[in-house]
Amino acid sequence: MQEGTIISARDLDLYYGENQALKKISLDIPERQVTALIGPSGCGKSTFLKTLNRMNDLVPNVRIEGLVEYRGQDIYMPKLDVTWLRRHVGMVFQKANPFPMSIYDNIAYGPRTHGIRSRKALDEIVERSLRGAAIWDEVKDRLKKPALSLSGGQQQRICIARALAVEPDVLLMDEATSALDPISTSKIEELIADLKKQYTIIIVTHNMQQAVRISDKCAFFLMGQLVEFGDTTQLFSMPQDKRTEEYITGRFG
Amino acid sequence: MQHFPKGSEQNSTAPKTKGIRTAFEKGMNILFFLCGAVAVLFVLFISIYLIVSGIPAIREIGLTDFLFGDTWKSTSKDPQFGILPFILTSVYGTAGAIIIGVPIGFLTAVFLAKLASPRVAAVIRTAVELLSGIPSVVYGLIGMTVLVPAIRTTFQLASGATLLAAIVVLAVMVLPYIISVSETALTAVPKEYEEASLALGATEIETYFRVSVPAASSGIAASVVLGVGRAIGEAMAVMMVAGNVPNMPSLLESVRFLTTAVASEMSYASGLQRQALFSIALVLFLFIMMINAALAILLKKGKKS
Repeated sequence: MQEGTIISARDLDLYYGENQALKKISLDIPERQVTALIGPSGCGKSTFLKTLNRMNDLVPNVRIEGLVEYRGQDIYMPKLDVTWLRRHVGMVFQKANPFPMSIYDNIAYGPRTHGIRSRKALDEIVERSLRGAAIWDEVKDRLKKPALSLSGGQQQRICIARALAVEPDVLLMDEATSALDPISTSKIEELIADLKKQYTIIIVTHNMQQAVRISDKCAFFLMGQLVEFGDTTQLFSMPQDKRTEEYITGRFG
Repeated sequence: MQHFPKGSEQNSTAPKTKGIRTAFEKGMNILFFLCGAVAVLFVLFISIYLIVSGIPAIREIGLTDFLFGDTWKSTSKDPQFGILPFILTSVYGTAGAIIIGVPIGFLTAVFLAKLASPRVAAVIRTAVELLSGIPSVVYGLIGMTVLVPAIRTTFQLASGATLLAAIVVLAVMVLPYIISVSETALTAVPKEYEEASLALGATEIETYFRVSVPAASSGIAASVVLGVGRAIGEAMAVMMVAGNVPNMPSLLESVRFLTTAVASEMSYASGLQRQALFSIALVLFLFIMMINAALAILLKKGKKS
């Protein structure tokens, strides 16, 4: 494993029933950087993302071979506590999915689940998380209002704040801006640039401009395979593989 | 019914057939409307009939004496018509059935909606459906031959036909309603909520009880109200297991419910006694109306969120 690697996949195969969705993926994700996963629909980028916090466990008939390590820990070890993994490797989904509760309760959900009961501690976490997700100023006067009353872009930042509230190490974002308008998207992109000081961020995106704007490293997936992985600037200016070049110049996908 | 020759209908540009079709449409519309009106008319008729025939006895007996009198002696020389024993029996009996039935039904619903494997769920769901299809007289019969003797020997009573027996039978009878309505509400909770919770490191059980159940709460509450309505309106099964004596309710004594009070005396009642039975039916009717209103409010609330 390279120095500064936080998550490392080795020869990762994933099957949905008979159908192989990931083929021998080997990839080292650097700590405190933004790694973008790009590729056409169905290429396996989201599937790969979900192996990193084992959300694929929820899919029936899924089978995984190979090794995924988070800070040197094999996360598919039989005895591993999945809740431990997910507390450290948080996730933001494509569709903003705040709980049908107040803004405050949304953010406090994670910490409460992990045993924090003190009102004062929770207040602090809620404020810190909402500030961290750059939405504190917009909602500080209505923390008791339902989160679902906010706009889509605000809801997505609530979801980011909710993920931050359990103090994760890594943040997975599965096309987290694809359902948002350009202004909300740029707000979240700014936020990501800010968050990478503290967190490792892995983002799946359909939007190549977005990958260029926000990521340090970029991985190009095609038909379940990792075609190319490297510095984003490098990958977009001098792609090593013909397929990468064809994809980023818009010849398919 | 009017038949249109196929060819002429397709090619016809003549307004002649159009007139017939419009008349047919209008006729059907009126027929549909009349069918719809039948239900409304029946409700109106029953409501008015009950109010008209229920009020005279209440006036004669006096509202307070009727509702809060604790003695029902309809056939004695100096008759007394206090229905408090029936009201309280119905309330206690229903409450008891809900206290037993709701936890079991609710947990079954969570199990079916979230935890059970498809095969196990299918078996349980079929059983629940069958349970709701069993006629109440069968519940009464089994209660009478199995439950009542068991209560008699367990508590060493002269008779096992008690409020307790009625509560147990009613609890089983409300189960299917609580299970199926709660399960529907729980299944309707968007997967995204549960995924978000799991992704935060919550366990499955934590997720179901802290996210799914609150999100389905109005549907679950509706299932309870539906159960209350079922229990309070049940007559046959409780008549067979509760002993049918107009005592003030006590768990191990024979009791009479609002429903059974009407059913047991109607065949031979006359005069004021007969009128008083209509008044009891009116009270029962008002209970049911209140429960239905509560149900409607809950379901509306559920739809909104």
